[in-house]
Amino acid sequence: MKIHEYQARQLLRDAGIPVTTGRMIQSPAEAAPAAREAIAKGASLVVVKAQVHAGGRGKAGFVKLVNDPDAAVKAAAWMLSNRMISPQTPAEGLEVRRLLVAEAVDIAREFYVAVTLDRARRTNTLIASAEGGVEIEQVAHERPEAIIKQAIDPLSGLQPFQARAIGLKLGLRGRPLAQAADVMRRLVSLTIEKDAALAEINPLVLTPPDQAHPEGRIVAVDAKFSFDDNALFRHPDLEAMFDPSEENTAELRAHEFGLSYVALDGNIGCLVNGAGLAMATMDIIKLHGGEPANFLDVGGSADEEAVAQAFRIILADDRVKGVLVNIFGGIMQCDRIARAIVGAAKSVGFRVPLVVRLEGTNVDQAKLILEGARADIPTMQTASDLADAAERIVKAVR
Amino acid sequence: MSILVDGKTKVICQGITGTAGAFHTKGCLAYGTRMVGGTSPGKGGHSDGNGLPIFETVHEAVKSTGATASMIFVPPPYAGDAILEAADGGIKVICAITEGVPIQDMVRVRAQLDRYAGVSLIGPNCPGVITPGRKTAQANVFTGGCKIGIMPGYIHTHRLDSPTGKAVGIISRSGTLTYEAVWQCSRHGLGQSTCVGIGGDPIKGLDFIDVLSLFNDDADTDAVVMIGEIGGAAEIEAAHWIKAHMRKPVVAFIAGAAAPKGKRMGHAGAIIGGADDTAQAKMAALRAAGVTVVETPAEMGTSAALVLGVEVPVVV
Repeated sequence: MKIHEYQARQLLRDAGIPVTTGRMIQSPAEAAPAAREAIAKGASLVVVKAQVHAGGRGKAGFVKLVNDPDAAVKAAAWMLSNRMISPQTPAEGLEVRRLLVAEAVDIAREFYVAVTLDRARRTNTLIASAEGGVEIEQVAHERPEAIIKQAIDPLSGLQPFQARAIGLKLGLRGRPLAQAADVMRRLVSLTIEKDAALAEINPLVLTPPDQAHPEGRIVAVDAKFSFDDNALFRHPDLEAMFDPSEENTAELRAHEFGLSYVALDGNIGCLVNGAGLAMATMDIIKLHGGEPANFLDVGGSADEEAVAQAFRIILADDRVKGVLVNIFGGIMQCDRIARAIVGAAKSVGFRVPLVVRLEGTNVDQAKLILEGARADIPTMQTASDLADAAERIVKAVR
Repeated sequence: MSILVDGKTKVICQGITGTAGAFHTKGCLAYGTRMVGGTSPGKGGHSDGNGLPIFETVHEAVKSTGATASMIFVPPPYAGDAILEAADGGIKVICAITEGVPIQDMVRVRAQLDRYAGVSLIGPNCPGVITPGRKTAQANVFTGGCKIGIMPGYIHTHRLDSPTGKAVGIISRSGTLTYEAVWQCSRHGLGQSTCVGIGGDPIKGLDFIDVLSLFNDDADTDAVVMIGEIGGAAEIEAAHWIKAHMRKPVVAFIAGAAAPKGKRMGHAGAIIGGADDTAQAKMAALRAAGVTVVETPAEMGTSAALVLGVEVPVVV
């Protein structure tokens, strides 16, 4: 699960990490008091940023620096009435419903600090770079030596000396070094406590020296979090941050029925049990010259109603010109799928070609059920194996 | 021979009174697995529907039954604890079937498991492990095998029941795609020594290299079928290991060539992050290591037969 920047900043603040002053708003009028608040706290510039789960905001014009409340209102009004289009959004762009109005700090240096999983080491890993504020993937690709990595011991956490050593490598000294080391340790604790899959501060800023902070100060400006969906049961506070408007509605609906669904661009709907087999089914469709319309894993314990719902979701997509059902029954019994297909034919109706390939537990009963219902499902063909199934459906949608 | 488990392995089920635990304990018994009991807190001292003794703790179960393997169906919030309890109780092969275990739990569990010597964890989020038994006069009834998990037993074939007399070992990150590979191999006249579903989670027990290494030293395994998917670098590491150590032919399929970047495909581990964890990068690394990589999942069985030099008409 992903959350918005303003929510991520709140999590950091609650964890004792310094964050720039800012506030989330949902209407242009709210921009004025939010900007005044930031200015009152000493900000010479205010930044207005769209809150959407996609990058490329700056280039799309959805991050604007302003110097007075009126300009903040104007920027907010524009962002809330235009769709944001960037390389990371769908072609039609995203509706912007929330904005962050925050203090724009002066920047002496920008760092990247993140905690994520290192699968190979089987640990959390702290990643830091003195080249913050930019696309970190690009830095990692072009200059891997600019990326510092520290594996975190699962049983004892990030040690103070490790955090200090990273701060030194980032070129920090004095008070800001101690502050940055503290930020890193708090970020690691936060990651583990909240079951984050990714906790990223980018940029973590060192401000220029001023009267109150003769060595400058360390402050988090932007943050990004994603959480382990499997751990949300123990984090009601995070679940409350979920923003359904950022999600694909079909994917959400599927999720309610215990189905794992991802919409794709093709025209062959797929209904498969098991994630690996579902991916393999997409692969074989492509190899036969077709294009899958979706990934759909019905799982092992879906009942007939959930399977019928799966058909409804697939068929609700106008682009779907044919459906391939590929089931290898283990826990999932083939006869259950067969009954669901017959049921769906009655309640939903298959106007498009349907190719069914069943194998595994109770397959013989399932074949009898489908044979008996053939008259009710005139567009149905049965396939003997995976290759045969792919061939048939690709031919049928041509 | 086989790896990890055989017909003598005594197995308990942790979570034996739950719906899934009870259902699959029955299924394993029906296959011929030596199920000897189970655990369910609060229900110790009773018997389950199959007459197997239920214990409060794994320690008690091991002491009383001599079990060395465990099948875990405990719900996700408690699965990590169940794995550690199994290891501490003296279980050597721990099969965690449970899907949806938090990743941070597995990070801690993996680190703590290192304290127990000689323990193999399979999973979580996996179909389990099976060493096929011999066919009997009765259809779909087997003897001398060991099925720990949720796979359909009848698709598997013992080496001595296969027309070629050859057997492959199978390792897979996916459940149903493993069944597909087993079914294709059986159809093409190949038996299986042992099939290990290592699971689809990013932090798990045995990984490709661990199982490849066991198959490499197993006299009953003639070749290996390896099924990977997008996400992570385990297949690339396996490719390096194969190049340096593997003495047997390996056939591989990597699922997810058609998956878009950044979209999670069901499994917690199946998401393309960078350029290195795509299906294409993994296939290239495996090919460079001398592995026979099949582009289509329909050819796992035929390719395994081909690398073993056996040509057998498809058994329909």
